[in-house]
Amino acid sequence: MNGADTAFVLISAALVMLMTPGLAFFYGGMVRVKSALNMLMMSFISLGIVSVLWVLYGYSLTFGDDIGSGLLGNLDHVGLAGIDPETLTGGKEGIPVFAFALFQLMFAVLTPALMSGALADRVKFSAWSLFIALWVTVVYFPVAHWVWQADGWLFQLEVIDFAGGTAVHINAGIGALAAVLVVGKRIGFKKEPMRPHNLPLVMLGAALLWFGWFGFNAGSALAANGTAATMALNTQVATGAAMLGWLVYERIRHGAFTTLGAASGAVAGLVAITPSGAHVNALGAILIGVVAGAVCSWAVSLKYKLGYDDSLDVVGVHLVGGVIGTLLVGVLAIDGVGGMSQLGKQAIGAFSVMAFSFVVSWLLAKIVDMTIGFRAGEDDETSGLDQVFHAETGYDFSTVGGTPTGRSTVPDLTETGAAAPRNKKVDA
Amino acid sequence: MKLITAVVKPHRLDEIKEALQAFGVQGLTVTEASGYGRQRGHTEVYRGAEYTVDLVPKVRIEVLVEDGDAEQLIEVIVKASRTGKIGDGKVWCVPVDTAVRVRTGERGPDAL
Repeated sequence: MNGADTAFVLISAALVMLMTPGLAFFYGGMVRVKSALNMLMMSFISLGIVSVLWVLYGYSLTFGDDIGSGLLGNLDHVGLAGIDPETLTGGKEGIPVFAFALFQLMFAVLTPALMSGALADRVKFSAWSLFIALWVTVVYFPVAHWVWQADGWLFQLEVIDFAGGTAVHINAGIGALAAVLVVGKRIGFKKEPMRPHNLPLVMLGAALLWFGWFGFNAGSALAANGTAATMALNTQVATGAAMLGWLVYERIRHGAFTTLGAASGAVAGLVAITPSGAHVNALGAILIGVVAGAVCSWAVSLKYKLGYDDSLDVVGVHLVGGVIGTLLVGVLAIDGVGGMSQLGKQAIGAFSVMAFSFVVSWLLAKIVDMTIGFRAGEDDETSGLDQVFHAETGYDFSTVGGTPTGRSTVPDLTETGAAAPRNKKVDA
Repeated sequence: MKLITAVVKPHRLDEIKEALQAFGVQGLTVTEASGYGRQRGHTEVYRGAEYTVDLVPKVRIEVLVEDGDAEQLIEVIVKASRTGKIGDGKVWCVPVDTAVRVRTGERGPDAL
C-alpha cells in the first residue's frame, strides 16, 4: 500500500464532500427567500440518499466486474461484499479500495445534486428524493461505469474524462434539461422578477465549490504525483480565466461586472477543466477557461429564447461547460493524445452520454410525475416551499408572531387558521 | 399641532437627524419605506436577465411639532435632505388633533 497516495485520496474525498454543501449555498442564494431552505435541502439530501445507495449497490454497479459489453458492473460487491481494509486497487503499491470507494461516493452524491438547480422552487421534496434514488441507479452508476471502469465501453474507446466532464457534468446537465421538460416552468417565468435573494451566499457556495474541486480534479489522479499537481494547477488557472471570460462578456453585453457572473464564470471554468485538465498545459487551461466562461455566459440566455425554465442554469453552465472541456481536450491535449481522431472519440463520449441520459432521465421524471406527482401544488409554489415541505422558514426578522404550542410534535396550526405543513394530516 | 412627514433618500438620514436636533426637536419616528416619484427605478442584471426595480428604497421620517414651528421645521428638513439630484423625495405637513405621552398621560403640546 502507498501511504502518501492513500492519504491524498482520503483528503480529496473530504474535499469533494464539501462541494455538495457548497453547491447547496451556490443554488440556495440564487432563489427567492420563500424557497431558500428547500433549495439547500435538494442538494443536501443527496449526501444521505446516495451515500446509502452507494454502499448497498452503487459501488458494485459502477466498479464491479463488467457484466458484458462495458455497460454495467455486476452485483459481486453489493453491500461492499468481498472488500476489507487490506483490499487494494492499483496493485501492491496502490491504495485501499475503501479509500477509492469513498472518493467515488462523493462524485455520486454531487452529480444528482447538480440537477436540482434546474428544478428550483417548484417540485415536491419527496418526489425529488425519489428521483435522485432512481436517477443515480439507472443513469449515474451505468454512465460512471462506462467512463471510469477499465472494461467500460467509453474507457475502452479511450475517451478522455479525467474527473467527470461526461459522467458528472454533461450527464447532470442534460438530465436536468429532461427533468425540466417534464416538470415545466415556474409560475411567473419570464413575467415575475425572480432575483437571487442572497448573492453573498452564492459567492460563499462558489468559493467552497472551487476549494472542493481541487479534490475532485487532482484527487482523480488517485495518487500524489505529477498528474495530480498538473490537474491542481490547471484547475486554478482555468477557473480564474473563466471568471474573467464571463465578466468581460457580461460587461460588453450588459454593462456591468456582476457578482453572480464572477461566481458563475468560476463554476463554468471548473466544469470545463474537469475532463481536460490532466492533458493540457497551463496555457491550454487558460484558453479552455476563457472559452468556457464566455460561451457559458452567452449560453445562459438561451433558455429565454427557447422557453425552457432551467431556473439556475444547470444546462447553460454544466452541460455547455462539460461539452466545451470534453471536446477541447481533443484539440489541446499536449501528451500525444490530441488530434482529430481523439476529437471524434470525445464527441462520441459526450453525445452518447447526452443521448442516454436525456432519454432515461426524461422517462424517470415522467414515472415520478405519473405516480406520486413531481410538481408542488400551485398554491404551495406561490407561497413558497419552505413552510410546506420543511415546516420552517429560512430567515426570521420578525419580532412579532410565533407562539410555542407546548407540544413536541409538529404543531397543528389549523386551529389558529394557519396552514399546516403539507405532510401533516389534519382532522376534518 | 402638526405632523410633518418626509420621504427622502436613506443616506440623508444622519444629516436630517442632526439638523432636527440642532433645531431642538425632541423625538422622531423613522420607517424604512419604498416608493418612486418621477425618478422611477433602476435596472439590475442577473446572468443577463435584466430587471427594472421600480420601487426605490427610501426612509420616512415623521415629526410632531407645535403649529408655530411647522413652517421652519419643513425648511430645515428640506435643506438637510436636498442633494439636487432626482429622487430627493417629498415633505408634507398635516394637522393633528391629539397626541398623548403614554408614560405620563400628558396631552397636546405637552406630550411632544
